[in-house]
Amino acid sequence: MSQIRTAALPALARVPGVAIVLVALLVGFSLAGPRFLTPANIANILMQSTVLILLALPMTLIIMTEGLDLSMGAVLTLASIALAMTVVATGSPALGFLAGLAVGLGFGLANGALVALIGIPPFIATLGTLGIAQGLALAVTDGQSVVGIPPSIERVYSGTLFAVPIPIIIGAAAYALGHLLLYHTRFGAAVFALGGNREALRLAGASDRAMLIVVYAVGGLMAGFGALLMTARMNSAHPTAGIGLEFDAIAAVAVGGTSFERGNGWLFGTLLGVVAVGVLRNGLNLLAVPSSAQVACIGALVILALFIDALRSRP
Amino acid sequence: MSQMAETRPRLALSRDVLQAFYRLLAAALLCAALALASDAFLTLGNILNVLRQTALLFLMASGLTLVILTAGLDLSVGANIGLSACLAASVIQATGSAGLGVATGIGCGALIGICNGALVAWLRIPSFIATYGMMWMLTGVTYYYMAGETIHGFPPSFRQFGSGYLLGVPIPVYVMVLFLGIGTLFAQRTIWGQQIYALGANPEATRLSGVPVERRLLLVYTFSGAMAGLASLIILARINSAQGDIGEELTLPAIAAVLIGGTSLFGGSGSVSGTLIGALILTLVLNGMNLLQINASWQPLATGLIILLAVGIDTITRRTAP
Repeated sequence: MSQIRTAALPALARVPGVAIVLVALLVGFSLAGPRFLTPANIANILMQSTVLILLALPMTLIIMTEGLDLSMGAVLTLASIALAMTVVATGSPALGFLAGLAVGLGFGLANGALVALIGIPPFIATLGTLGIAQGLALAVTDGQSVVGIPPSIERVYSGTLFAVPIPIIIGAAAYALGHLLLYHTRFGAAVFALGGNREALRLAGASDRAMLIVVYAVGGLMAGFGALLMTARMNSAHPTAGIGLEFDAIAAVAVGGTSFERGNGWLFGTLLGVVAVGVLRNGLNLLAVPSSAQVACIGALVILALFIDALRSRP
Repeated sequence: MSQMAETRPRLALSRDVLQAFYRLLAAALLCAALALASDAFLTLGNILNVLRQTALLFLMASGLTLVILTAGLDLSVGANIGLSACLAASVIQATGSAGLGVATGIGCGALIGICNGALVAWLRIPSFIATYGMMWMLTGVTYYYMAGETIHGFPPSFRQFGSGYLLGVPIPVYVMVLFLGIGTLFAQRTIWGQQIYALGANPEATRLSGVPVERRLLLVYTFSGAMAGLASLIILARINSAQGDIGEELTLPAIAAVLIGGTSLFGGSGSVSGTLIGALILTLVLNGMNLLQINASWQPLATGLIILLAVGIDTITRRTAP
């Protein structure tokens, strides 16, 4: 009996946090205005959350390894610009998509190498690559939007497959893959060990450095996928479009109950966290709250989540 | 003095001196290269400009140096400057009093620092994530408060603070020298300063030896916040206007100045005077890019590369020479 209780406790202790936040937001916004709780708006929230889920999933893995990727928003922006410029230059959406993925993967590998091989603390390594990606994005575009993208790209966002919008399918597939990867493969087990018990991983004969590089590379690659959705949604690429996206992703992970220090990760919590951030932004939008105040609200939400996590982890 | 000699082996001290010498040499070589590359470098106007920029960067980075000495990080410096500057600007405009504005700027900065310190010291939230959340919260509040407006036109007494001269030297340079003295004396010659070094090198041993670790951390983050507030006033006085984005893109250079200056991210080693050299080197690089008419868009890229280079060298030398 006591064994069951101790096993159920960690899960129960985590579930309420993000679930309560989500329910509170849903109830609050439903009461605040009639336009929130409509099928069209709920679909809209899900659609808008798809870029975020692509970033928040790998961010969860990265944070589980006691790392952080501050460069994701800037890398996504640069990948989006690479995609748009390649498509405009060659006329081939496939080449553009590959260019975006290559930029993302390149930065992900660079982050991984800086963290795993050189040993630079992740927050500072990715702060450096953030500066590099942001600088490149501004410099190659001279601060201007890249326009003239063919409609085939735009259909990635607006199109449907079996009556389901394509972004929703991409988001769901990404979550399913992430879940499989984290909970049903040796790589997933290694991710848990990287945060909680790196020494054990090394002793078990796995290369912790290679695993860590893969984790960051997945983050970069997902930023490349996110760039496709982002470019398709805006039908253009802009050098400041993705600024701060990594913050929404980190917020979703923090609200979702993944700990920054102990290697405790919870992928479903991240999914709920993404929806919570999406609901918060959408609801505040409907109430005509300016985006600046939305950022402040999400910042406050993150600090609150950290606060609660810190209180809980106290002996 | 005798205490310092005891706590630090002579060999380490001479290595610190040697490293400072290398950095000064790098700055001198940079100056020589820029003087050769551009006729505009060695003009009085440009030299004063470099000094003024160095002073500003140093003031932002000096408080941050102490934070990094404790193996922490303050990512909210730029956002802190933004909010402090905007609040100070509206107080000056509402009351016409420079004194009240200065108090508001420094007070706002310090208050933000206290919040950061409390999150890090008592709640034990990792500093990079606590100050990162703070950074976005402050950015949002600043933009919301300003609502796209600009506040401009400050009394001349206030503007002196940023654009005035005394004996031909910009006033910010005097402020820089003042805080170089205060910071160095505090860090090297006081018990609290030594405790901050110890805290960064080995927090557990420091705690066990009876140092009130939480209060020292609070002090360090508060100081970093107050220095950001002070820097915001100098920026405000210099450009004579405040906008929501006034503090944007200042965090990266401030961190870069500390790291180029030889303060280790891993805590416990470095100095405030090193940060002055770091600020000078970074300012020379950015000034040189301007003089060579390289698009300003490349500046975050250069700063990012410099950060990675500085930390990479620090990390590798630590691993090879423990």
